[in-house]
Amino acid sequence: MSLEWIIKIISENWPMFLRGAGLTLLIALIGTIIGAAIGLVAGVIRTIPTPERGAKKVILKLVNIILSIYIEFFRGTPMIVQAMVIYYGSALAFGINMNVLTAAIIVVSINTGAYMAEIVRGGIISVDKGQFEAAHAIGMNHVQAMWNVVLPQVIRNILPATGNQFVINIKDTSVLNVISVTELYFVTKSISGNNFRYFESFFVACLIYFVMTFIVTRILLYMEKKLDGSDSYTVIGRDDQLRGKFK
Amino acid sequence: MEEGEKQMEKIIDIQHLNKSYGTHEVLRDINFSVTKGEVVSIIGSSGSGKSTLLRCINLLEKPSGGQILYHGENILDDKHDVASYRKHLGMVFQQFNLFNNHNVLNNCVVGQIKVLKRSKEEAEKVAMHYLNVVGMDKYINAQPKQLSGGQKQRVAIARALSMNPDVMLFDEPTSALDPEMVGEVLKVMKELANSGLTMIVVTHEMEFAKEVSDRVIFMDKGVIAEEGSPERIFQNPTQERTREFLKRTILQPQ
Repeated sequence: MSLEWIIKIISENWPMFLRGAGLTLLIALIGTIIGAAIGLVAGVIRTIPTPERGAKKVILKLVNIILSIYIEFFRGTPMIVQAMVIYYGSALAFGINMNVLTAAIIVVSINTGAYMAEIVRGGIISVDKGQFEAAHAIGMNHVQAMWNVVLPQVIRNILPATGNQFVINIKDTSVLNVISVTELYFVTKSISGNNFRYFESFFVACLIYFVMTFIVTRILLYMEKKLDGSDSYTVIGRDDQLRGKFK
Repeated sequence: MEEGEKQMEKIIDIQHLNKSYGTHEVLRDINFSVTKGEVVSIIGSSGSGKSTLLRCINLLEKPSGGQILYHGENILDDKHDVASYRKHLGMVFQQFNLFNNHNVLNNCVVGQIKVLKRSKEEAEKVAMHYLNVVGMDKYINAQPKQLSGGQKQRVAIARALSMNPDVMLFDEPTSALDPEMVGEVLKVMKELANSGLTMIVVTHEMEFAKEVSDRVIFMDKGVIAEEGSPERIFQNPTQERTREFLKRTILQPQ
């Protein structure tokens, strides 16, 4: 019976499942964080207003072209193929024998970075132009306005999309089995290869993937609520110095 | 004579200013200056270029030609740093533009710390002083989204004042407000004008322009059509188009 098999598979293989799930989560988490950082930098650079003249203009234009190629290329090709090209390509081209885990994190990071760059750019564009103007009007330069006023709002606005990327990454790390990363899919494949119970084994994997993405989604929702703060504020005046602060 | 000249020191002197978008000329050969302590109102119908003129003064719009002299220095010169010029000018926007990620106090503090390099304590002291002036000191930990329009605009005024600017620029500060909130903002602005602050105010509030300003500039189709004391502009306009405009705004010249 299926149910019995499922219980048997779990009880016999739970340390392997757990390690696979742990690795999946680790790659997805680090990949998303580095990817978000790459995206933030790329998105900020792509929204710098073009200087009117001189070397700065040329350099910025060049950097923008390179970023466009990066974004288009990594959004336009499947991650499974990117994994093969980067893992075997780095060995071929530079003679680097990369640790598969390092390769996995690099692949997920730059793939996520390409998507995040566009998400961040959209986030910056969607911040009201008046916020920039007000920051400039009190004498901030572009960097100060970006750092103190615009980016904090961008980060709040792109949080749902970033969480979405994280969930996608948890699922999409499964393609990394092609370079033998021992993440959850790879582990399940070898478990089922031993017991020939494909449905039951992958059903367990399915549940683990779902639990991971579901918990992550809940945590992110909670964080968003936390960031938005409470809707009330304290009025400070003579009255509450007598009565103590009230909400 | 020398003393007289000092009193009449021009803070901002605009000479032959032009602004065009492509072939469309928005401002044509604008000349006017503002001396210390003066309150200048700029009136005119929508599309006359008055907001563009104000935004050109602090370079939120880049003028196409002419000069803007700030204490005698041409700030349109390439070598002039725009950010360090802007910190001397306070700007109040029609749409408030409070920093959404900062509470009321930090809205008034962040510029002082980052731009003027003041210490946190000093910045907060200055901010509290001006928040008190505009009557918003009780709301220092409120977020902008929690405030009414009038409250937001008063915080925006305090934010600009906290930078201790030479000149305050007001870009239709009451146009986005509900009618019952216009009064509270105008009251603050009147107090500021009486305190000797140098102000350039783009406004549709004719009563305010008439009562508070030392000088009124009437703009029409991108040029200064008429300029003079409020009494003269409102009671004896020389230009037909000024009369037309005032008739439309219901303030009939006698």
